[in-house]
Amino acid sequence: MATVISNERLGDGVYHLVVEGGNGGAMGQFYMLRAWGAYPLLSRPLSIHQVNDSGVDFLYHVVGEGTEILAGLKPGDKLELEGPFGTGFPHVEGKVALVGGGIGIAPLYYCAQELPESDIYLGFSRESFRTEAFRPLAAELTVDVGGHILDSVDFTDYDHIFVCGPHPMLKAAQLKGIAAETAGKRPDVYLSLENRMACGIGACLVCSVSCKDGQRKACADGPVFLAGEVLFHD
Amino acid sequence: MINTTATIAGVHFKNPIVMASGTFGFGREYGKLYDVSLLGGISGKGLTLHAKAGNPGVRVYETASGMLNSVGLENPGVEAFLAKELPYWETLDTARIVNLGGNTLADYVLGAQLIQRDADARLLIGKPAVDMIELNISCPNVKEGGIAFGVKTPAALEVVRAVRAATRLPLAVKLSPNAEDIAEMAEMCEAEGADAVSLINTISGMKIDVRRRRSVFHNQYAGLSGPAIKPVALRMVHQVSKRVSIPVIGMGGITSATDIIEFIMAGAAVIQVGTYNFMNLRAGSTLVEELQQFMAEENISSLDEIRGIV
Repeated sequence: MATVISNERLGDGVYHLVVEGGNGGAMGQFYMLRAWGAYPLLSRPLSIHQVNDSGVDFLYHVVGEGTEILAGLKPGDKLELEGPFGTGFPHVEGKVALVGGGIGIAPLYYCAQELPESDIYLGFSRESFRTEAFRPLAAELTVDVGGHILDSVDFTDYDHIFVCGPHPMLKAAQLKGIAAETAGKRPDVYLSLENRMACGIGACLVCSVSCKDGQRKACADGPVFLAGEVLFHD
Repeated sequence: MINTTATIAGVHFKNPIVMASGTFGFGREYGKLYDVSLLGGISGKGLTLHAKAGNPGVRVYETASGMLNSVGLENPGVEAFLAKELPYWETLDTARIVNLGGNTLADYVLGAQLIQRDADARLLIGKPAVDMIELNISCPNVKEGGIAFGVKTPAALEVVRAVRAATRLPLAVKLSPNAEDIAEMAEMCEAEGADAVSLINTISGMKIDVRRRRSVFHNQYAGLSGPAIKPVALRMVHQVSKRVSIPVIGMGGITSATDIIEFIMAGAAVIQVGTYNFMNLRAGSTLVEELQQFMAEENISSLDEIRGIV
């Protein structure tokens, strides 16, 4: 059991949840959260926003019944945390860009702490949040509201690019990675995928990802994949 | 001393709690969270002769008290399973059940033959790793095979007969609640030499995305599981257990010790736990403990005292 330290509303449906408990974790990993009894049936996967002194932080967007319950949590409330699970971002050397879209900025804060001097690009469709927390960690911070944040990123300028955001953004990042490669540069582009999950540990095969070498699991093999491995079907 | 054991076709179950196919992988993932040898048994991820990629699109959707899944039997195939998973199964002290599906009659038979051949080879070196085959003729999420065999009695009969001839391993047949007459189907399985029947598989269901004006699932329909289906499952277990003399493996929405007791009272020899594994990743160890507690509180010293009592 973990305990809620704070659960602050940052903007339109976006919350920052700080809990005491959990077992730490690496950048890009996630926890399965549950703050209710039997229903909703499934726990909710949330990526680690940061590992704090006594627990873990999460950044989440209210999209349904589960996250709505999470949004109602008050300091002192209890919740179940299972994790950390998944294979996250690698520790890399060289010039790094962290690119987040909307709630996809969530796992990148921990990356920014672990990989200081990265260039950070944060894009939002309507209103920005948490951007000032990123500023002291960034070599350069670019914030875009209402546009396409990927347009600001020169993929040929980096050795490693970490991307997390909505599905179309991930597909676009994959294409930009290919284009950079054609131009003679070879940035390693890593995508953090957000898939529906049931178990979170690799048993149910609900979160399967089509990859060049066959079906892989977003929860155990990912959520972070090299962009070149993923086959986007839609 | 509380006795929770059961025996099906000579296979010993230390307790009636078996993890249901499709919700437990091959046990490895949950094995990192608790000792899966605590369990009565494990029914592995549904296998087909050849590897299967499963269904595209959304694969899970929550419903009131349940969930719909459309995984579509993604699995590594029988040979990869025998090569990669059985060394792990050898180490487990629990009943190990292979869940076998198929696209065609020949697939089922060839799959069963491969498993039998492997079991024979292991017998020579004293390392059994499969205790039973659970024949899946009832998956609603595959277009070919699966439920096509499990709904019409004559088609089911043909598969059970052919697989029975292909293996000497104890054989359970997993039945579909969508069958035309599940009790008749169970009787037919018994007549064809099945050692047990497992029921129920998921119930065919649907979810429509009203904004996009289409089903959320690529295959339109998906399989409903979880507490929502428990009353239906319990009724079917009760009905079938009155009609057959082979053991019934009961499942459908079990999330507590009292749920287990209900199924045993309805006539189940052992039960399987499926969706609850997602609600509580330690479901197996939780239920083993709760069942002991409940039986102690209720002065039940053996499940045999209450089995089929209703």
